[in-house]
Amino acid sequence: MESVLQSVQGFMYPNEVELQWGILIVLYPFTTGLVAGAFILASLERVFNVEAVKPTYRLALLTALAFLLVAPLPLQLHLGHPERSLEMYLTPHTESAMAMFGFVYLWYLMVVLVLEIWLDYRKDIVLMWRDSSGPTRWLYGAMALWSDNISPASLALDDRIGRALTVIGIPSAFLLHGYVGFIFGSVKANPWWSTPLMPIVFLFSAIVSGIAAVMLVYMVTAWWRERAFDMGCLDTVARYLFYAFLIDFSLEMLDLIHRIYEADESFRALDFMVHTRLYTSQVLVQILAGTIVPLGMLGLTQLVQMSEKARRRIYAMAGVLTLIGVFAMRWNVVIGGQLFSKSFLGYTSYKMNFATREGLLPAILLLILPFVILAVLIRLLPPWKVQRRGAGVSG
Amino acid sequence: MNPDRRAFLQKTGKLLVLSASASVAWEAIVAGRPETAENYKMSDHWWGMVIDIDVCIGCGNCVRACKVENDVPREPLFFRTWVERYQVTPDDLEHPTVDSPNGGYDGFPVQDKVDEKVKHFYVPKLCNHCHQSPCVQVCPVGATFVSPDGVVLVDKTYCLGCRYCVQACPYGCRFIDPRTQTVDKCTLCYHRITKGLTTACCETCPTGARQLGDLKNPKDPIHEFLRDHHVLVLKPQMATGAKVYYNGLDGSVR
Repeated sequence: MESVLQSVQGFMYPNEVELQWGILIVLYPFTTGLVAGAFILASLERVFNVEAVKPTYRLALLTALAFLLVAPLPLQLHLGHPERSLEMYLTPHTESAMAMFGFVYLWYLMVVLVLEIWLDYRKDIVLMWRDSSGPTRWLYGAMALWSDNISPASLALDDRIGRALTVIGIPSAFLLHGYVGFIFGSVKANPWWSTPLMPIVFLFSAIVSGIAAVMLVYMVTAWWRERAFDMGCLDTVARYLFYAFLIDFSLEMLDLIHRIYEADESFRALDFMVHTRLYTSQVLVQILAGTIVPLGMLGLTQLVQMSEKARRRIYAMAGVLTLIGVFAMRWNVVIGGQLFSKSFLGYTSYKMNFATREGLLPAILLLILPFVILAVLIRLLPPWKVQRRGAGVSG
Repeated sequence: MNPDRRAFLQKTGKLLVLSASASVAWEAIVAGRPETAENYKMSDHWWGMVIDIDVCIGCGNCVRACKVENDVPREPLFFRTWVERYQVTPDDLEHPTVDSPNGGYDGFPVQDKVDEKVKHFYVPKLCNHCHQSPCVQVCPVGATFVSPDGVVLVDKTYCLGCRYCVQACPYGCRFIDPRTQTVDKCTLCYHRITKGLTTACCETCPTGARQLGDLKNPKDPIHEFLRDHHVLVLKPQMATGAKVYYNGLDGSVR
């Protein structure tokens, strides 16, 4: 008991000393945020016909799918009884915000992402089915649902349905991540979470992280394939990142200023927490290194003429810093919300284990896993033009 | 048919039928289902509690009794009920000094010097059995619920262990039982109150600071108590419909 109490300063309700949600629950909003953001970037090209970002369209969809497949895993690992998680589908408690997760997730995964990717790739899948042999042939056949109709009329139909799906997909992406914000924002017992701004702040930070992630994935894959960067595309994506980031930063500052100015009963406790236990992750990592610095860098590229090389470097650095900043934001929401007592009279700290079920190791593995899945997806469904055996160029 | 044989068949038949029903009845008795105890109708009751801060002496009897009666984990810090000690100086009413060593399980250490200027009192805490409970609202599978007699309970065979309810409780009344990995909380000694007994904490309180009350029973003294005292619930701004009423609750209590 003494060791547990060592981290406590002031008074906490006895049951509060143990933290309930750890790093795995930090990963959950982070990964779903990347999904929503990547999808929204993809939608720009599809719905608003932004030609410049076309090279990232398929990459963004595959990135979204890779992260979405991993998104429920940290939740599953965290549950005391993962074997009962299916009950959320079978007997959902309709008043619970969390009960809707399964349905929102399935809707997004199956109806939006998988269907949109399938429709977009259908022609390629059929062509690869025709070209391949052995188990690969069977795999592509199954993926084409054993239908090889790629007549212009059927492809036009695919395109029409795909466009309609994207239009449904944008509010769905907003729903997916706004909903994650709502899970936290609707907890009235916790003043650090309880704000109607939470869903919208989560949403915009999701868009920011998704755009940054796709930008980095595009740069890494182009570098890996030894292809020249499409600077027009990169510049456009970086510009969107800058604008989305400006909105996100404004919203976060609005939340902060509102809290400081209103200074309700929780303010003293939260202010103390931000200046002590959360100082590094909130002020230094999230706000300074993860927001102001990348915003300044991206802003600079908008104002000053720079060489391609300089811009590439700035984009890469700003992208990495942005992802770190958004991760820190998730951390500060989830962990920060549990470091103070609901009595506002005391504080505790989060001790992360390493090789335990909810430790750092599974968290790192869960962050690597989407990239492994993405690599498999890219191999299976190349997002760029590929040289086919005797079949010329397609894609 | 020979009358003896007829009588024999009838008797044997009765014995078989009766022993089968007896074995079913025995199984139900062994399983122990207090909510179906004789004469207890859930719809006739609406449970709550009054706590008189003026008479609580911080002895910790309630904490100990609860841990024994309900098999609450002893280590490190899990409580279905606990007692807090408040020390408030008149010139800083908003920032009291509060402690609750081991939840008040061992009572409170005697203070050598008593500052006459400082106000001292004890606040026993437990689940408030709110009827608009945020913990019930957030449970994704409905494993936690308000019973028809107004007690917030958990179905441990159904709880996912997602801990959302622990986050949603404004009073810190829930914890995860490390043995079952499901949530645990005060049941208002449901196994006792449905048999006409009071809770373990009320039973063992030497000063009568804690009183179980049935708000649906017009003869229950809780009505008189609520009428004659200025009572308040914890964190009324949370609007949870709490049913633990405190007499003499200081404004500094959180």
